[in-house]
Amino acid sequence: MSENRELRKKLLTYIEKNSRAQLDELAVMFDVPEIDIANELKALEEEGIICGYHTMIDWSKTSIEEVSALIEVRVTPQRGLGFDSIAERIYKYPEVQSVYLMSGGFDLMVILEGKSLQEVAGFVSNKLSTMDSILSTATHFILKKYKDHGTILTKKYEDTREIMSP
Amino acid sequence: MRNPLSEKVTEIKPSGIRKFFDIVQEMEGAISLGVGEPDFDTPWHIRDEGIYSLEKGRTYYTSNSGLKELREEICRYMKRTQGLDYDPLTESFVTVGGSEAIDLALRAMVDPGDEVLIPQPSYVSYEPCAVLADAVPVIIELKGEHDFRLQPEEILEKCTDRTKILVLPYPNNPTGAVMGREDLEAIAKVVIEKDLYIISDEIYSELTYNGRHVSIASLPGMQERTIVINGFSKAYAMTGWRLGYAVGPEKIMRQMIKIHQFAIMCAPTTSQYAGIEALKNGDEDVAMMREEYDRRRRLLLHEFADMGLPCFEPFGAFYAFPSISRFGMTSDEFATRLLKEEKLAVVPGTAFGDCGEGYIRISYAYSVDDLKRALTRLRRFIDRIS
Repeated sequence: MSENRELRKKLLTYIEKNSRAQLDELAVMFDVPEIDIANELKALEEEGIICGYHTMIDWSKTSIEEVSALIEVRVTPQRGLGFDSIAERIYKYPEVQSVYLMSGGFDLMVILEGKSLQEVAGFVSNKLSTMDSILSTATHFILKKYKDHGTILTKKYEDTREIMSP
Repeated sequence: MRNPLSEKVTEIKPSGIRKFFDIVQEMEGAISLGVGEPDFDTPWHIRDEGIYSLEKGRTYYTSNSGLKELREEICRYMKRTQGLDYDPLTESFVTVGGSEAIDLALRAMVDPGDEVLIPQPSYVSYEPCAVLADAVPVIIELKGEHDFRLQPEEILEKCTDRTKILVLPYPNNPTGAVMGREDLEAIAKVVIEKDLYIISDEIYSELTYNGRHVSIASLPGMQERTIVINGFSKAYAMTGWRLGYAVGPEKIMRQMIKIHQFAIMCAPTTSQYAGIEALKNGDEDVAMMREEYDRRRRLLLHEFADMGLPCFEPFGAFYAFPSISRFGMTSDEFATRLLKEEKLAVVPGTAFGDCGEGYIRISYAYSVDDLKRALTRLRRFIDRIS
């Protein structure tokens, strides 16, 4: 039903930014029975459209050290296997946050998170660069995150409106 | 020294919101549900266009009626939303917010002693502006049993042979009421019969949740007797930009522009450039904000029902107007106690007219989280006084 597609799109857009919304709340806000919301969410999870419910954390504001790096990787794709198997070898490492296949001057974009510069550099030199099929890597360290996943990290929202207006 | 003040002006009652505003300001940790403006920032592409116009040095007066391109966009908007044709050059002009347009319309159309019908509860400005224009404001008390929609009998009841104008404020602040096509048809019949003019304040026209807004000007025989007032404040979250417009019959526009020319010169140039961008490319932003308001509206009403606070379902603007009479307090008492005991500020219905007694206005121009926090306090208060 196209109604379903509309609901699906609106629901996804909403919970993408509000993952903690309760079922009953969603039911009220979208004017749809709670059971329909529950079923839709379950279907979305089963179809792999909803892949997880994570929490956005700005580690730089904690005392816990965290270093992120963006690594441009150039590969020779293997016969019969293409890029997928190399990507898989890379993303299986838990310190790897993201792996994207890219158009342009390099093949894979790898985003890495480690506890220190040394740790990240060590990973790149010991684990990544030494992999079969990897031609070269270019590591860029993230110095400051302004906005991530659609959320502005640097400014806190403050309501500056007049407290009452007619 | 002699009295410097105008008697007419000093007699106008100060806004009922002021008193609360002052108390709330002083209170630490008070949260408010009393705003009359969107919580969204003006969409960035609109702000950017305004900033860009400053960088390009567009810091001079525009024509009194406003930038030609803006007026063209305004008329295009009226055509695509209401199917109405207005000539950008003679039948439209740009004002400093919808507020200025209301004031100008009254001043241009009224002679001393003319009567202006003002349905209440409604926006605080109509009555004072009518008085300032030397008109006699005649209040129509809207009824809760009609969900605060104006009834033709209510007009006939108050109509005399000095009645010239009907102010039609829908979608409505503070009640959130809307008038559908049939409601408007019934009104139009009486208005034509009594040869009245309408000042239609449609500033919330983009924020309706049960179908698209219908302007009374689009009904047969009405375009020639209606001044449609609208603006950018609520739809595009541009309250601070002070940008609005009026469209209507040429001979009325001409006189309104004349006053505007002498009193204001022109609306802010920066805002006008931003306004062009808003009308050209802002539809998606408006739709997104409208959907967000709708979600909050549903949440609010659900919570009201749950906590035993009776409220008719509002389908416009971003206000709900629940009834508090069952608690045996006046609006003022309810709002004052709520503020003192729970540090939650709402606006007593009486700020919008005497017939707002027994009601409070709650705004949902707040994030879902802020609303939930406020509703917890409201619920606690209601549980206590029930």
